[in-house]
Amino acid sequence: MDQFMDFFALHYDKITIVILSVFLGIEIIGRVPSVLHTPLMSGANAIHGVVVIGAIIIMGQAEPDNYMALVLGFLAVVLGTLNVVGGFVVTDRMLEMFRKKKAPPKP
Amino acid sequence: MNFVLLLSYLIGSVTFIVGLKMLSHPDKARNGNLIAAVGMLIAIVATIFLYHDESGARLHNYGWIFSGLIIGTVIGTATAKKVKMTAMPEMVSLFNGMGGACAMLISIVEFNHLYGKYSSVFANGTEWQQGKGSLVIILLGLIIGSVSFAGSIIAWGKLNGSIKDKRIPAGQALNFILLGGIVVLSVLLFTGSPAMAPLFFYAVLLLSLLYGILFVMPIGGADMPVVISLLNSFTGVAAACGGFLYNNPVMLTGGILVGSAGTILTILMCKAMNRSLKNVLIGAIGAASGNAGAGNGKEQGNYKEISVNDSAVLMAYARKVFIIPGYGLAVAQAQHACHELEKLLEEKGVEVKYGIHPVAGRMPGHMNVLLAEADVPYEKLLEMEEANSEFPTTNVVLILGANDVVNPAAKEDPASPIYGMPILEVEQAEHIIVNKRSMKPGYAGIENDLFFKPKTSMLFGDAKKVLQELVAELKSL
Repeated sequence: MDQFMDFFALHYDKITIVILSVFLGIEIIGRVPSVLHTPLMSGANAIHGVVVIGAIIIMGQAEPDNYMALVLGFLAVVLGTLNVVGGFVVTDRMLEMFRKKKAPPKP
Repeated sequence: MNFVLLLSYLIGSVTFIVGLKMLSHPDKARNGNLIAAVGMLIAIVATIFLYHDESGARLHNYGWIFSGLIIGTVIGTATAKKVKMTAMPEMVSLFNGMGGACAMLISIVEFNHLYGKYSSVFANGTEWQQGKGSLVIILLGLIIGSVSFAGSIIAWGKLNGSIKDKRIPAGQALNFILLGGIVVLSVLLFTGSPAMAPLFFYAVLLLSLLYGILFVMPIGGADMPVVISLLNSFTGVAAACGGFLYNNPVMLTGGILVGSAGTILTILMCKAMNRSLKNVLIGAIGAASGNAGAGNGKEQGNYKEISVNDSAVLMAYARKVFIIPGYGLAVAQAQHACHELEKLLEEKGVEVKYGIHPVAGRMPGHMNVLLAEADVPYEKLLEMEEANSEFPTTNVVLILGANDVVNPAAKEDPASPIYGMPILEVEQAEHIIVNKRSMKPGYAGIENDLFFKPKTSMLFGDAKKVLQELVAELKSL
């Protein structure tokens, strides 16, 4: 119990962010037309690619002789970047088509 | 932390919120995506150059970092640009799996780091005790990340057809045993002797991967979107674990936002299909269908077929034609042929519209994306309620590879597994032409009374081939 209390006190600010973000996420998604479900999912998918920052930190802190950390960290950077870049590009491609057909009236 | 770095993280968090918000409005969505991408770029660049730990040590290994970033960017851009629109859902799943794997790897490296730090002072074990706060987070990131990774890869394989639906005997029980095993091993990791910790840790990793595979394996192809959305929110939570670990606000907000938004999106998708998340995950419809189909086996009567020629004539002389695209159209990649048919009919003075069920296609909204790719104007795509109000004045409804979303049993038969699901009420139209490959039931595995109604004619064949034949017929009329 003590450990839990310590943890809570130590990370109070982060726990607050987590709880507020949960509500924020719910509010944001509350009103979205079903047309946009796929692009939205894809966009959210790109955003959780923010995990790549953790991979970069690992990579940047690994001692040059710690090959396990280097290799795994490198893999993590590659995979995380794939998630971010691929996610945003795919989302953009989907949304590009929504826009294209809105602009020019059909001949 | 550095002021500029913190400011960059704040900007990152704000762009994620604004980006997600804008993604839920059709006309702002694309900018929203770009804004989030820019915020991400700022946060990443700031981390590389400005991050330092408590002792003030900057990051090193720049060569490794940049080569990783470049490789990921090149491959990511190339695959994302090349992928066909119909293959979007599996692409999203694959990228999601990469994020999960990234979180998993982070946890492995951090565990080794933590363990290495404390293994030298096992004599009294107090250091190990102090590390347990981080260990909780590391373990959470490991479990969630690896489940998401393994599950996404299976979902990807299922959507592109390389993995078939498989019912594992006693799959449910097995999943519970796996989950129990993960819990027990996690507890052992905390209470057991520190010397055993790596063993327990990697055992948890193994069981989590296995759980991810078995959890997605029995779920049917049409339910995959829900699963992907769920795994998407899992990866978000795994990313947030990283945020906790590194005291990194942008990872924390980004991860949790996706975690909660993804969960809501998952629930919205389930609602549109009138199914509970539990049903999707346990696969209740799939299981019940075998019994229902074989069990009641009631005589459905006869259906009548129609030729391509007759269909073309019927549509060419109609005033208003509604096209109902479904999963079959997506699978056959017939969206361009469909648009061509629509253009030809319009030239002949027929009013053509599309009725889009919220869960038509392989993902909610997927049908709109597909038809948009084929340049079908936005105004022609009617959502379910709008479409339903127009069916009574419609002459011909052409159903392309859709089944459950037009099944009247959802309205009339309380015993039906899909009872209560909102459907497109096509039977109000004058004529109904149903294009399917065969009389095989749709995803829910239930008979569709609509096919046996006197107004309905069946036009068998692959959606793309049939549409091309219809186009050829119309041209010769």
